[in-house]
Formats: sequence, C-alpha cells, structure tokens
Amino acid sequence: MGNKIIELKNISKDYDVRVLNKINLYVNENEFLTLLGPSGCGKTTTLRILGGFEFPTEGDLFFEGKNINNVPPHKRQINTVFQKYALFPHLNIYENIAFGLRIKKTSDAIIKEEVKKMLKLVNLEGFESRNIDSLSGGQQQRIAIARALINKPKVLLLDEPLGALDLKLRKEMQLELKHMQREVGITFVYVTHDQEEALTMSDTVVVMNHGEIQQIGTPVDIYNEPENAFVADFIGESNIIDGVMNEDYLVTFLGRTFKCVDYGFNKNESIHVVLRPEDIVMVPEKEGYLKGTVTSTIFKGVHYEMIVNVGALDILVQSTYQSPVGDRVGLKFTPEDIHIMSKEA
Amino acid sequence: MVKRNLHKIYMGLIFVFLYAPILVLVTYSFNDSTSRGNWGGFTLKWYIDLFNDRDIKTALYYTVIVAVLAATIATFIGTISAIGLYNFNKTPKSIMVNINYLPVVNPDIVTGLSLMILYLSTNMRLGFLSMLLSHITFDIPFVILAVMPKLKSLNKHLTEAALDLGATPLYALRKVVIPEIMPGIITGFLIAFTLSIDDFVISFFTTGSGVTNLSIVIYSMARRGVKPTINALSTLMLTAVLILLFIINKRSALVDGQKNNGGNY
Repeated sequence: MGNKIIELKNISKDYDVRVLNKINLYVNENEFLTLLGPSGCGKTTTLRILGGFEFPTEGDLFFEGKNINNVPPHKRQINTVFQKYALFPHLNIYENIAFGLRIKKTSDAIIKEEVKKMLKLVNLEGFESRNIDSLSGGQQQRIAIARALINKPKVLLLDEPLGALDLKLRKEMQLELKHMQREVGITFVYVTHDQEEALTMSDTVVVMNHGEIQQIGTPVDIYNEPENAFVADFIGESNIIDGVMNEDYLVTFLGRTFKCVDYGFNKNESIHVVLRPEDIVMVPEKEGYLKGTVTSTIFKGVHYEMIVNVGALDILVQSTYQSPVGDRVGLKFTPEDIHIMSKEA
Repeated sequence: MVKRNLHKIYMGLIFVFLYAPILVLVTYSFNDSTSRGNWGGFTLKWYIDLFNDRDIKTALYYTVIVAVLAATIATFIGTISAIGLYNFNKTPKSIMVNINYLPVVNPDIVTGLSLMILYLSTNMRLGFLSMLLSHITFDIPFVILAVMPKLKSLNKHLTEAALDLGATPLYALRKVVIPEIMPGIITGFLIAFTLSIDDFVISFFTTGSGVTNLSIVIYSMARRGVKPTINALSTLMLTAVLILLFIINKRSALVDGQKNNGGNY
C-alpha cells in the first residue's frame, strides 16, 4: 500500500444537471475502497468514469500518474463487474471467462489453464461447458468476477455486485470477495448503498451524497467520527441532537452539560451531538443523565430497539433487555460515547 | 350450445372465404382439362410444361437471383442502420424510426412509380440492376423493423462489458452484439426474401426489356387468357412463400421458447 494508483482531481460531471461536483479522491494500490451513498449520489457515475464509460465534464483522472481522461475503456488496465453481471448469453462459461484472453490472441493451451485457475478461485470448478442460463444469481456473479480477473487488471471495479442476492448469500459473498481481493492482491473499487457491506469489507470508505464526497476514512473512523449529520445518519442509526460546545471537552445538550473527548471548536459554537443507539445504556430512572418514557419497542433479533421520549425529542436505544412501553427509564452514556460534529455550512 | 355452434360456423365461413380461391387454384393446377368448368382427372402435365417453358425458367432465375441478392444486401444495410439508429439520441431516433415506417405503409404502386421516375430522370437503363436496387430499397425498412426489437431487449451493459474486457468497438459488435441479435437478423432476411419473391407492382415498374420475374410472367400470361400452367406456377410460388412463412414463425416461436426456458434459478 501507499502508492496512488488512481487519482481523481476536481472531477465534475454534468448531464442536464450536475451529478458529480468536484470529486477529489485517490485510491492506493491493493486497497479495498468503497463508494457508499444513497441512490443518485453519484457513486455509480464515479465508477463509470473510472471504467471509461463516461467522460468527466471537468477535472482530471490519473492512472499510475498518467492522465487517462480520453482513454477508451478497452485501453484501460481496469476491469468491471457489472451490476447485473452482463455475461454473454450466447457463450458458455468457458468462453465467457476466456473472452478477454481471446482478444489478446492468447494460445488455447494457456487459456484453458487460466480459465481453470479462475474457476477454482471462484469455487466453480468443472462448470466450463455449462450455459449461463443454468446458473444461479450467485454463480453468475462469480463468473462475472472470474471473467474480469482473468485479464489481471490492476484495478477491479464492482458496481453493487451483491445487490441481487439474498441476505445470507450476500454475507457469504462479502467474505469471499474480501478473501479473493487479498489472494489476487489487486485494487478493488466497490460501489454499494449498503453501509454494513461497506464497513465489513473496505479498507477505505468514501461516503457520497448529492454528487459530493461527504467523508473519506477507515470504516472505524467513519462510524465513530462522522464528520456531519448525513454521514452519521447514513452509517448506522444515530441520535443527532443540537448542542453547544461550551469549551474543549465540555458540551451542553438537552439542558445538561456533559464531559466529552472532543476539542478544537470555537467557544459556545453550536454543534451536532451524535449518540449511537448501542452506546446508550438503560438504567433505573434515578440513575440516568436523561429521563424519559418508552414509547415503542421492537424486537430486532439480536437486540430490542426502543424509542424513549425525553421531552424535547425521541432517542433511539438498542439493548438486549426489553423495557415495556410506558416505563419511565433513565439513559446513561460515557464521555467517549458523545461524538461532536460541526454543523454543516 | 347453440351459441358455440354459431361461433364455429362463423369461423368456418371466414376460412372458406379466405382460402376457397386458393384451393380452387391449387385444384385446377392438377386438372387434366383446359376448360375451367370440368374435372378431367389428376395430372402433373402443367407442371412439366412449366419446366419446359424457357420464359418461365428465365423468370424463375431472375426471381431467385434478385431475391437472394436483394435480401442479402438489404439485411446487411438494414442491420447496420438499425444498430446506428439504436444508438441515436431519443428525438432523432423516433424521427428516423417513423421515417423508416413510411416506405412500409406507402402503396407499392407509388413506390414503384417514384423509383421508375427516379431511374428515368437519372438516365439509368431499366433492367436487372434497377429492379435489384428497387427490391433492396423496399426490403431495408422491414429488416430494420425485424432487428430493432432485438436491440431493444439487449442488455445495454453487454457492449460495455466487451469493451471493458479489451475489445475494440468493432470486435464487440462482431462478437457480442451481432450474435445476440442474430435471430432478428435472420427473421429480417427471410421477410425480405419472401417480399422480394412475390413482389409484382414495384418490379413491374422498374424492370426493363428481357428481365422479368415470375409475378410479371404470370401477369402477362393471364392477360392472354388463363392457362392451367399459370395455376401450376402460382401454386409453386404459393408453396414457396408458405414454406418461408412457416420457417419464420417456427423460428420466432423457437427463439421465444428458449427465452422463456432460460433464466430459471
């Protein structure tokens, strides 16, 4: 790691409206980078610009230090796994995977060997002569990955590759993809709207909204130190509360002053406080910093999700213990659980 | 019960009206008598006469040659045009597609006449070449109409996937797009071939001395009085066109069937 393999400088893209606005981003070699955001945030457009299927209206795109703004897709050392796989229906699995090598006029013997290797990598040995229609969604997905990887690209782009799979298969494939990425040692740029998927697999997460980058960081950073309310809200469930930063390490919200671990804000700057629902502990009313009434409780499998009304607003709390609706409870949290974000301009 | 029988009778009447003339024609082509009123027994002699007639043999030769050449060239031009049209932006695309419909609905006689005037005004001699060009002209829109739906149902990412894997745009066209739309191309070819074989009006206006196709021969023979050989010739043409239609239908049923069988997972 450490070498920039791809760099985007001030990339913008206009259709009728602006869909990407001044994207600045770099991808390191062997990195697993995820573009995360809701639909229409520009993540797929960014990926298509990397693949060469769209050209930026403004800005520059560099690959290994060279400007590739006008290089067509077939001349880029980048391969793509498409959202709906886009396997060639008229070719069998062997020919689908061999497609890239056939273009390079590779000898049959080498193609045979490479296809076999790829099928082994994606756990579909012996599928050579099968039709793609006979495969399940998950299997087609693997073939699409094999077809891209056989070209030994320096970067693999993946556009919501697991979107069409059911939950269990998706979880399996997440681990498998991560494993494959380590095994072949190439850079992955992954697009998803699933925040859990992004956190599970990535080295770096880029959160996007409205064609702009909201935050770039490791999954832990993004989760624990969201830079603004959008990121906090998009990455997991959050309670976002208005507050005032009295001074370093001291914040006031919901009528009380708390110690916290954040610093570097202006005196009495008005800020957002983020409290993750799983960080809040329910205690008897007397012991709580905040007091309120349980207004709803939902069983979520691993935990219960409860809404506690503390007068001014509702606070979301997750706990493995259930408090019945109507109960008066207290809420407690530690200074480390309080995350401070400056308000968006 | 009564109602259902009425349905059947009505259907039967429609079929009688539609097919009785053809049946009569086919029957008389085997009739061993020159008069149309009576049945003189079964014979194949009109068919044998047919193959001894030099005019008819040349006409057959021209019909087949023109149909094969026109259908082939029209399929080539039509397919390329369809692919080009498909990649147009929305508004120009719909304008072009509608312009393409025009020759399809235009009366043959208008097409024939206007082509003839065009050839004459450019001092082109009417004959084999002018007839071939005319056939290509009226075949192309039908090929485009057969190919367009296949392009529409094509996964848009397939071309991108091919380019992504290192294919030049031309290679992607040859190895991915063309094989995918092949059923439409073949259907287009067969339709063009069928139209070309049985065309009379446009050929009549655009051909010149010495070059005639079967339809024109039948027409000129019929003007001199209906001989049983005409019945035989018409029956043969009918059979050829029926076989082609049958193939076209079987093919589209087969292709649709494949599509419905695939993709179960």
